Amino acid sequence: MTTTHGVSGDVENIAEPVEDPADGVAVRQVRAALQELLPVAAVITDRARLRTYECDGLAHYRVTPAVVVLAEDTGQVATTVRVCAEYGVPFVARGSGTGLSGGALPRADGVLVVTSRMRAIREIAAADQRAVVEPGVINLDVTRAATADGYYYAPDPSSQQICSIGGNVAENSGGAHCLKYGFTANHVVGAEFVTPDGTVVELGGRAPDSPGYDLLGAVVGSEGTLGIATVLTLRLTRTPEAVRTVLAAFDSTDDAGAATSAIIGAGIVPAAIELMDALAIEAAEAAVHCRYPEGAGAVLVVEVDGPAPEVERELAQVEEHCRACGAFEFRVAADDEERALIWRGRKSAFAAVGRISPDYIVQDGVIPRTALPQVLRSITALSESSGVRVANVFHAGDGNLHPLVLFDESEPGQSEAAEQVSGKILDLCIEAGGSITGEHGVGMDKMAYLPRMFSDTDLDTMQMVRCAFDPRQLSNPGKIFPTPRLCGEVPGRHKGEHPLARHGVAEIF
Amino acid sequence: MSDGSPGAAAVSAACDDVVPAAEADAVDGVRPELIARPRSAAETAEVLAAAAAHELVVVARGAGTKLSWGAPPSRVDVVVDLSGQDAVLDHAAGDLIAVAQAGCPIATLQKTLAPAGQRLALDETVAGSTIGGAVATNLSGPRRMLNGTLRDLMIGTTVVRADGLLARSGGRVVKNVAGYDLGKLITGSFGTLAVITEAVFRLHPLPEATAYLTVDAADGASAGPLVAAVVHSAVVPSAVEVDCGASGCVVAVLLEGSADGVAERTRTTRALLDRAGASEVTVASEPPSWWGSYPWTDGQSALKLTTALSGLSRVLAAAHRHGAAVRGSAGSGVLYAALPPDADHRTSVSELRLACRTEGGSLVVVDAPPAVKAAVDQWGPVPALDLMRAVKQQFDPGNRLAPGRFVGGI
Repeated sequence: MTTTHGVSGDVENIAEPVEDPADGVAVRQVRAALQELLPVAAVITDRARLRTYECDGLAHYRVTPAVVVLAEDTGQVATTVRVCAEYGVPFVARGSGTGLSGGALPRADGVLVVTSRMRAIREIAAADQRAVVEPGVINLDVTRAATADGYYYAPDPSSQQICSIGGNVAENSGGAHCLKYGFTANHVVGAEFVTPDGTVVELGGRAPDSPGYDLLGAVVGSEGTLGIATVLTLRLTRTPEAVRTVLAAFDSTDDAGAATSAIIGAGIVPAAIELMDALAIEAAEAAVHCRYPEGAGAVLVVEVDGPAPEVERELAQVEEHCRACGAFEFRVAADDEERALIWRGRKSAFAAVGRISPDYIVQDGVIPRTALPQVLRSITALSESSGVRVANVFHAGDGNLHPLVLFDESEPGQSEAAEQVSGKILDLCIEAGGSITGEHGVGMDKMAYLPRMFSDTDLDTMQMVRCAFDPRQLSNPGKIFPTPRLCGEVPGRHKGEHPLARHGVAEIF
Repeated sequence: MSDGSPGAAAVSAACDDVVPAAEADAVDGVRPELIARPRSAAETAEVLAAAAAHELVVVARGAGTKLSWGAPPSRVDVVVDLSGQDAVLDHAAGDLIAVAQAGCPIATLQKTLAPAGQRLALDETVAGSTIGGAVATNLSGPRRMLNGTLRDLMIGTTVVRADGLLARSGGRVVKNVAGYDLGKLITGSFGTLAVITEAVFRLHPLPEATAYLTVDAADGASAGPLVAAVVHSAVVPSAVEVDCGASGCVVAVLLEGSADGVAERTRTTRALLDRAGASEVTVASEPPSWWGSYPWTDGQSALKLTTALSGLSRVLAAAHRHGAAVRGSAGSGVLYAALPPDADHRTSVSELRLACRTEGGSLVVVDAPPAVKAAVDQWGPVPALDLMRAVKQQFDPGNRLAPGRFVGGI
């Protein structure tokens, strides 16, 4: 909940013990082993360079990792993980570092495994509707590589120009178009995967319905706590014949919310329905001059896609419902340029808020779509009573709210007030029967809220999966679950022997 | 366990409706001692807790339509019959979600949803199947091509663990990444991890119009290009199915949407099929008789074959060489085959498995006469089996939930 914009300096939320955790015996042994086993350039130990990895997209939390490994292939990831397992040292995987819940926050006493150098698109198999990619591949690059064959990769998080497939898999990323096309979990069909003891296994496959437990289904969205995916097989989706994007302007968010419900209620499943309120519009306008209609209390960005005849009909229905709900302007993008302009306003909204506020928190919560008007009114009331401004940007179609809570950290008390409002918005989501996160993940940031959605038994049951994959809890420990589960008797590994002796350098290279 | 044993007494104390099992209650030939019919999730939890306390082996049952699927259990003490928990608990039409108990027949759920113009996009490929049974076996049908399978449709689950505790995951909203998604692990687990008692589903609108285009093909090799022509087009079919027997194949395409849209897409699809070498295309508003059903009859061996899309023709040809009738979701790379009783099962299973594996897929013997099950490797080689065993060990350390039914003897 605390992506802050423009916050500089060291906000060390994680108190480090007096002794330097990066200098413990085990960590020193791991560092030495990695330097022996991996290419020189792959292992970063220099303090200044390590610091560039101290946070992900949630800059509020910062921890300098003890070691960073810039892995170039599965073997190097497996070696790193094996060495960590050998000495009982935790490791954290990181892709592009754009995550918004602190999921890739390093451990001061651990290794950060960076996959951004593993960025080969190994195969675009249009005939199989599959792409085989490495985890560091940028989301949008998969679509770019498949476009010529008439295909694209459907999950499209707003950060798709910079976020990586590996990170998407960890977080089960969504995006504006997941209303119709689903999330990362619905589009990853296979993985080569390094388990927390350093074993390389195949999960899923190119064909559907691999026999056995759907371990891949458990891994996607597990925020790096079950291991590290090193190759992903993705489902490619046929590029639609027609795409129509419209901008509908309303007097109020209530009207825009009502239009959303009317559209869905009529049996239309648009590719996307995005809602922005007046403050978000103001910010977007200031930043990218997207020329949204003046005086709008809310806008909807609606996109319909599919076979041309269906799209034209759906477009007409969308207009009908928007007008019936009070839309005073209904602007259909005439060409790709106009379409891009409409989307630019929406996709830049987070960053744009920086134009109207020195600092802000990006919240991520979910409510049942029908609760939208009521929850929006509650957020407005919350904003008015606290004096904290909230700009609203939603994936309205699936009830995924992204309230942007604005504050100025240089003003005493504002940061705390913003945190409070942000937390109360999550309370509203839970009360409405929703979720504390729709796409950003729990990570470091929302652990405290997870028990409000799930009972102790629920969380214990989830962690049974954790115990199966990672009984020693070395893979991204301290994330998601506020209370780690004891995994019971674990066949102990003999510690202390040098890994070179155990594995042999020849085996690695 | 015997009548009057402490275990039987504990189960009877936990549940109001417990009766001795009859011959017809056998689970793939293995006869249980007791049938318990709990009426709620809480009562189900009581039964599982009693079973845990007395180390009883439990198999969950819905309508009992697919109990012979998978491998036979090594032992069964108690069948937990969920057919009494058959309610649709909620249908939030505006949110396009529904909540159903595990024993709710798919048909009942669909009937509840239809007046609101909605459906669960799951085909009832085995008549009478319940939600719980469909989840346990990962049932899927033609519409999987557009709408995905249960793992894509189920957004929340409630299960009873082997130790008798109730656990939930997911929720009532489609978009939700809070906590692990246990629903995916449970789906297709054949009752070996937990007993599912409730599921929350995302729904889809019922289409205004429907068209089925069918075209004959001489054999699998000529069916392949017809399938590919539609699959790689932008007409967005809901399903592309094949049905291949001794006399050749039929390819069928399902289009769903608005009346005008379907009419125009039918013309487009017909042209695509013509260009791909179709003989004669028939259009109907009703499905062909074989649609959404399996090709096997009693006494035959039931196989599930999967392939990457580009391998379709080769897998169809291999099945043909082994005298198997094949039907299924060609557009998704999922086929079902029936081997006749006089087939050389060991050879056929191993050669067809190789054919599937060569195309990135797998072969599972879904169901077969006992002698065949004993003679063949039903599940085939499964990667990451150690991890699967570790998951099983965590969820069911006593190995008391449907032991032996699943991969690798799990």
